[in-house]
Parts: sequence; structure tokens; C-alpha cells
Amino acid sequence: MGRKLLLDKAHIEGIRHYDVYRREGGYRSVEKALKTMSPEAVTEEVKKSGLRGRGGAGFPTGMKWSFLAKPEGVPRYLVVNADESEPGTFKDRYLMEFIPHLLIEGMITASYALGSNTSYIYIRGEYWWVKEILEVAVQEARNAGWLGKNILGSGFDCDIFVQPGAGAYICGEETALIESLEGKRGNPRIKPPFPAVKGLWGCPTVVNNVETIAAVVPIVNDGGDEYAKIGVGKSTGTKLISACGNLNKPGVYEIEMNISVEEFIYSDEYCGGIANGKRLKACIPGGSSVPILPANLLLKTAKGETRMMNYESLSDGGFATGSMMGSGGFIVMDEDQCVVKHTYTLARFYRHESCGQCSPCREGTGWMEKILLNIENGKGKMSDIDLLWDIQRKIEGNTICPLGDAAAWPVAAAIRHFRDEFEWHVTNPSDALKGNYGLANYAKPLEVAVPTA
Amino acid sequence: MADEKKLFTVTIDNITVEVEPGTTILQAARKVGGDVAPPAMCYYTKLKDSGGKCRTCLVEVAAGSAADPRPMPKLVASCRTNVMDGMVVKNITSDRVIDARNGVVEFLLINHPLDCPICDQAGECHLQDLSYEHGKGASRYEFKRRTFDKHDLGPYIQLHMTRCILCYRCVYTADQVTNERKHGILMRGDHSEIATYIEKSLDNDFIGNVIDVCPVGALTDRTFRFKNRVWFTKPVDAHCNCDKCSGEVQLWMRGDEVLRVTARKDEWGEVKDTTKGETGWICNTCRFERKKASDWVIEGPSHVNRHSVISQGHYENGVKPSETIKKVMGGRDPKLLMNIKDVSEVNQVELSEIKGAATSESFKQLKKGN
Ligand SMILES: Cc1cc2nc3c(=O)[nH]c(=O)nc-3n(C[C@H](O)[C@H](O)[C@H](O)COP(=O)(O)O)c2cc1C
Ligand code: SF4
Ligand code: SF4
Ligand code: FES
Repeated sequence: MGRKLLLDKAHIEGIRHYDVYRREGGYRSVEKALKTMSPEAVTEEVKKSGLRGRGGAGFPTGMKWSFLAKPEGVPRYLVVNADESEPGTFKDRYLMEFIPHLLIEGMITASYALGSNTSYIYIRGEYWWVKEILEVAVQEARNAGWLGKNILGSGFDCDIFVQPGAGAYICGEETALIESLEGKRGNPRIKPPFPAVKGLWGCPTVVNNVETIAAVVPIVNDGGDEYAKIGVGKSTGTKLISACGNLNKPGVYEIEMNISVEEFIYSDEYCGGIANGKRLKACIPGGSSVPILPANLLLKTAKGETRMMNYESLSDGGFATGSMMGSGGFIVMDEDQCVVKHTYTLARFYRHESCGQCSPCREGTGWMEKILLNIENGKGKMSDIDLLWDIQRKIEGNTICPLGDAAAWPVAAAIRHFRDEFEWHVTNPSDALKGNYGLANYAKPLEVAVPTA
Repeated sequence: MADEKKLFTVTIDNITVEVEPGTTILQAARKVGGDVAPPAMCYYTKLKDSGGKCRTCLVEVAAGSAADPRPMPKLVASCRTNVMDGMVVKNITSDRVIDARNGVVEFLLINHPLDCPICDQAGECHLQDLSYEHGKGASRYEFKRRTFDKHDLGPYIQLHMTRCILCYRCVYTADQVTNERKHGILMRGDHSEIATYIEKSLDNDFIGNVIDVCPVGALTDRTFRFKNRVWFTKPVDAHCNCDKCSGEVQLWMRGDEVLRVTARKDEWGEVKDTTKGETGWICNTCRFERKKASDWVIEGPSHVNRHSVISQGHYENGVKPSETIKKVMGGRDPKLLMNIKDVSEVNQVELSEIKGAATSESFKQLKKGN
């Protein structure tokens, strides 16, 4: 059994409530930090842990914290990004819903390290019941003296507010989130300046993912070195993975960084294999915005090494043979799934969610969606495939925020790895229209040896 | 002696300039001028925080600075990226830039009809120029375009949402120049549109400036619409005593008629500072109400770039050629075979006196009124 640092206690009856959480050792990290450590020492432990942001980009958290500007007389803010709107990603919801005090505990400790007296949880509006759970937990923490003035007599004041969003994926992008938190339209800001210098209300701000902040608790409790012992290289600790699609056991799993992809899909401890005895065709391993991988490249890297669940192995060093760890949304497709259809669905999502500020994303996402719908419905032309390729190429890297890239990558990877499937749709229009994909005839899924142990 | 400021050296398309720290790549390139200056559809010098959106000004940074000469991996928006000492920038000398810019123009033209023949902005439109420079004869976009009804935003301004490229300039103008903003962007992505909050009209004293900042013909002056092609008019600098603004304007005249009044603009199409050094935004009264030559003190012809379409038929310091017909005809006046005013109705009315757009309807009404 892999070690669990975040969800180890999530199953305990009543852990959602303060008394049980505290009885199980909760809030020790706050005690330790506020009574025995300086804010800098907390940041130092986070640096030592090698923790990387769990929101998608994987930027080292300790380094991000140390970039925070500290001008005299200006407040600083910690904002927890609980917007979680990436299709396929639902791990933060699980954590907040079942063990909300873990997030709050992590926030108090992180706020202490950053010198933030007011911290926010920006949660997607659709998680209304999770918001209510968090609000109860915040109030419990406040009643128990973990929030408010002069916490534990340390002289440190901190309060936490929960703010729901209004249902826009783009508000998960950190600068759009800040705009939205300020009560404005959630358009991403142009960087620089980065939030660490000019964030919420023009003040230095750190935006971190829910899981990132929760991980601060075990890091402070057990020390950064202990955390760094789990995993490999620059991928340390544990990671929450939300697995979905054609799996026997979809769900949220906490894995030790560096188990193999094969183990994650096929072992009974995790996803228990592909549902209905079908074969694996493809997988989007890190949330909908990352490139799709066909089965053969999912289990092995281009060099023929076993593909591991860590940042480096999944990305194959940035080559087209890899994908990304992203936010840990693991979407699995069996042999009956149509890649063209899924690519269209994703394109539709990104078109809908583009904020519309910059021309390549605004116009390009809509164009890609329409072409993909045509191809999917057997109304496409061969030249459409090259056109799609060209459009995604003109969006990627040319936009204000990474949503443009997030819209381009899935299309690029689908064409790169499954071009024959796109061509089949063009050459077999009536079958495509009827949904008779004839999948067995092209894009052959890989035979995978199912581990027996 | 005042402290000497350290200047940054930046090389753009192999031309080196010195600029003050804090200057953007775009402004540095404008210092050089010509083709080295990237096109800009959303950036506007006088509007704080504008820029970064349209992506027409993307450039390649081949070397970040003298201290760190590594290239920047992505193209950057020159209007929002500051220069560093020793920076090397490629604009038209970069194939990547040209390719990306072609792409941006193609994207912009998806939902912007090239209806220049009937658009009031023709001849002054940055997108028209861009589409000539970077566009193609045909579009690869085969789907239905966005359609909208034309929308009157109060008595003076009409919105053609089909032409809007969502540059946000008018929103920033309303925010920063007027004391109340009643319009903004509604919806997201390719559904975004400029809209007012529940059909409000735009009626602030300075709201007319949104027309000037609009880089395309999406916001039009209802008192000028369809009265003339801009290259048939001649711009002159003029001023008046105005209690709301500086009164320093440009009149767009045909003969003695004032067909349109705008703020004075610089070579980048952006509002100039007044002679007192303030930003030369003008008030609605100057723009929409003072349409007689006698309302103004005319200073002389405006300077117009030689390459602009407006420069045709526009003479500065011109000397009127002397009349030769009478001379060759032995002192006799030529015999007029047809007086155009007798046959063409157009010449029977003063265009400037038509309230609103010059359409066949308004034209007939004016005739009746005569
Ligand atoms: C379009 C878009 C949506 C995003 N949505 C989320 C989100 O829902 N949750 C999240 O934590 N990060 C999201 N991110 C990433 C954030 O911008 C940011 O990198 C992250 O919150 C930083 O936290 P971390 O350093 O702890 O990973 C999104 C980014 C983009 C471009
Ligand atoms: S890339 Fe898309 S979502 Fe991001 S700022 Fe541009 S239009 Fe908005
Ligand atoms: S109406 Fe004109 S100025 Fe306003 S956003 Fe559209 S194009 Fe820009
Ligand atoms: S002018 Fe720079 S992005 Fe629009």
C-alpha cells in the first residue's frame, strides 16, 4: 500500500468536524509553526520538501513563496484556488468535501509563512455544498481559536473567507481569479506584473491550489526532508489523481509520486483495470488540457522505459511523445471511444470558456470547434485536418494566458497520434454520421499485458 | 547639471535606438518608425492598461538583454513588454512574427467583414491596412459569421457590432475619460459583444471619444455617417473657446462645409496632446454640435502622412495654380455647357445641415424643408 499523507484520515467517521479532526492530530502544524518556527523557517521546509504546485503548472511552491514581495505597510494575501473546473479533474473537491480542516490548517500555516492576515478560498460556484462544508469548518476553526487575532498568543492574526465563483473555467487562471475576487469580470491580467508583486487589490499575493496548501500540513509536521523522500527527482511527495473514463474503479486516489502508469491503471489498489474487459486505447493523463497519449506511448516512453506517474516521465522531457502531469485528471478511453468525438467535446468546452480577450483564442477556439463538429459528423474534408493543425499552431503560444495553449494542445495531440481516425471520418461520412465508428479497423488499440500480481 | 539618465540600447530589426528605461518595445520601435513599428490594434498610448489583447504587435525577442542574452521562448506583445538594455528584437525580420501576424489577421477577419466600400472608417482603418499587408484574398473560414443588428447608443453614436474586434479601447475610454461607463463587454469568447447595461445610451459629455479610439468602423458618428468618403474631405486644424474641453480639434471639410469634427491625431492614429500639454480628448459639443465653419477659428491644413489615403487631394502649403483658360481664350470666359448644380440634387443641399446620416430619406426631407 502506498503511503497517504492527505487522505489517510479522510475515511474516519466525523472527520469533517473539528472535534474529530483535532482528536486525530489536526492543527499540529499550526501549533508547531506558530510556537517553534519563524515564517522563513516554514518556507524553508516547503522548499526542502520539493513540493510543486498541484494546480497544473508544477511550479516549485517554496520558490513561489520566496518571490512574494514584502513592501512595508502593504498587506499580503494568500488565495487558495479551489475553482477546479478542468474537465477530468475533481480531486480538490474530494479533499475539501471529506477533510475540509486539512485545507484550513494548511492555509493558517501557509498564511503565517507568507504574512497574510486575510486569506481567501476561491471556490467554483457549482461546488455550493462544498462551500457550505468549508464555511462550517472555518467557523469551527474560528470558534476554537485557530483563526482571529493573536492566534496561540503568537501575535499572528489570520482570518479566512470563502468566496464562490460564478461558473467560469477561466476564473481558475490565477490572475482572472484575482480579478473575479475583486468583483470584476474574470479576464486574465497581462503578466508581468505577477501576483507575487501586484495581485489582489494591487498587493503581493500567492495563489495556490487546494492540494498544494493541504500538503503543507504533513511537510511542517514531519519536515520537508521526510516529504522529499517520497517520489523521485523533482517529483516528490504524494499526488491526488482523479481517475475517470472506462475504468473499473474510477475515483480519487492518493499515489506516491513515481508508481508506474500501468500499476495505476491495472492494479486493484487503484483503478482496477479497464471496464468490461475492454482494451485500453488512449489516456489524457493530466486533465483535459494536456495532450492525449495512445496506449503504447502511455505505458512506455519514447525511449522504451516504463512510464511513471511523475512530472518528468509523463512529459517525456517536453517531446511530442509525452504529455503532462497537469492537475492530475486521469481520463481513460477504451477501444470503443472515438478520439474525434472527444476532441470535439473538448474544443467545445474551450470555445465556451475562452474569455474572449485575445483574438487567437477568441476566434481560433470557435473555428476549431466548428471544423471538428463537421469532421465528427462526416461533413469534413481532408484539408480540414491540416487546417485544424494550422489553427492550433497559430493559437499556441500567442495568447495572453495558457487557456489558448490548453485549447490547442488536445487538438494537436489528437491529430498527431490519431490522424488515421480523422481521415476515416472524412472518407466514411455516412458511417461517421451514424456513429458506426468501425474502430477495430483503424487506430488499433494496444494489447497490454495485464499485471497479475 | 541635472543627473544624466542612463538610457537603454535596443536593436529592432537591426536598427539600434536609445530609449529611457520603462519604454515598451512598441514605443521604442515607433521611435524608429516605418515598418519597424509593429501594428497595434488594441494598444492606445493615452489609455492606461490598454494593449496586450489583439496580438497584432507580437515580436520576437532574440536576446533578452546584454546581461542575459537568451532569447525569449515565446513571441511577446511589444505593446506590453518593456525593453531591457541590450535587447535584440525582430519584427519584420522574423518569419515567426510574420507567420503569427498573418494568423492574427486571419482570426480578426473571421468576424469582421471587409465592407470598406460602405464603412465610414474606410481610409482610416488599421484593420484595412493590416488586411492588405498580411491578409489573403480568400478566407479559409467557411462558417456563418456573427450577425448583429446595428444599435444606436444614444443620439450620436451607432454601434456596428459585426465590425467590432473587441479591442476594449472604447471601454477603457469610457472608464478613464468620462466619469461614468455605461457599456462594456458582455458574454465570453466568440460570443463576447460590446453592450450597454440594459440598453442604456451613452450620453456623457466626453463619450464621443470612443468613436475616435475605435480602430475599426464599429463605433460610428451618427452626425457624419455616410456623408462622405474621408479621402474626399480635407482635414484642417481649428479651435474654439470651449468651456468643457480645450476646443482644439480637426475639422473634416468639403469646400466650406464642416462634415465631421474629431480630436487631433498623431501619426499612429492616437489623440495628440493639446498645445497646453493635456491629452486632447474633445467634448461632445465640439464634436457633434459645432458643424459650421463660423463656429471655429481655422488654423490651417492638418499635417497628413504622405502614405495615407487622406493625403490625396490634400495640400499643405499648396499654391493655387493660376487660371489659364481665360488667358488662352483671349480674355474670354469659358462658356458653361452644363451647371452641375442644376442637374444634381446632391449639390442642392448642404450635407453638413443634414441631421444624422446622409441617407436618401434624410436627403429628401431636407429638400422638402428647403
Ligand atoms: C484556464 C486555466 C484554468 C485554471 N484552473 C485552475 C484551477 O481550477 N485550480 C487550480 O488550482 N489552478 C488552476 N489553474 C492554474 C492557476 O493559474 C495557478 O497556476 C495555480 O492555481 C497555482 O497554484 P499551484 O502553484 O499551487 O499549482 C488554471 C490555469 C488556467 C490557465
Ligand atoms: S487566451 Fe483565451 S482565455 Fe486567456 S486571455 Fe486570451 S482569450 Fe482569454
Ligand atoms: S467597439 Fe471599437 S473600440 Fe470598442 S471594442 Fe469594438 S473595436 Fe474596440
Ligand atoms: S497592440 Fe499589442 S496586443 Fe494589441
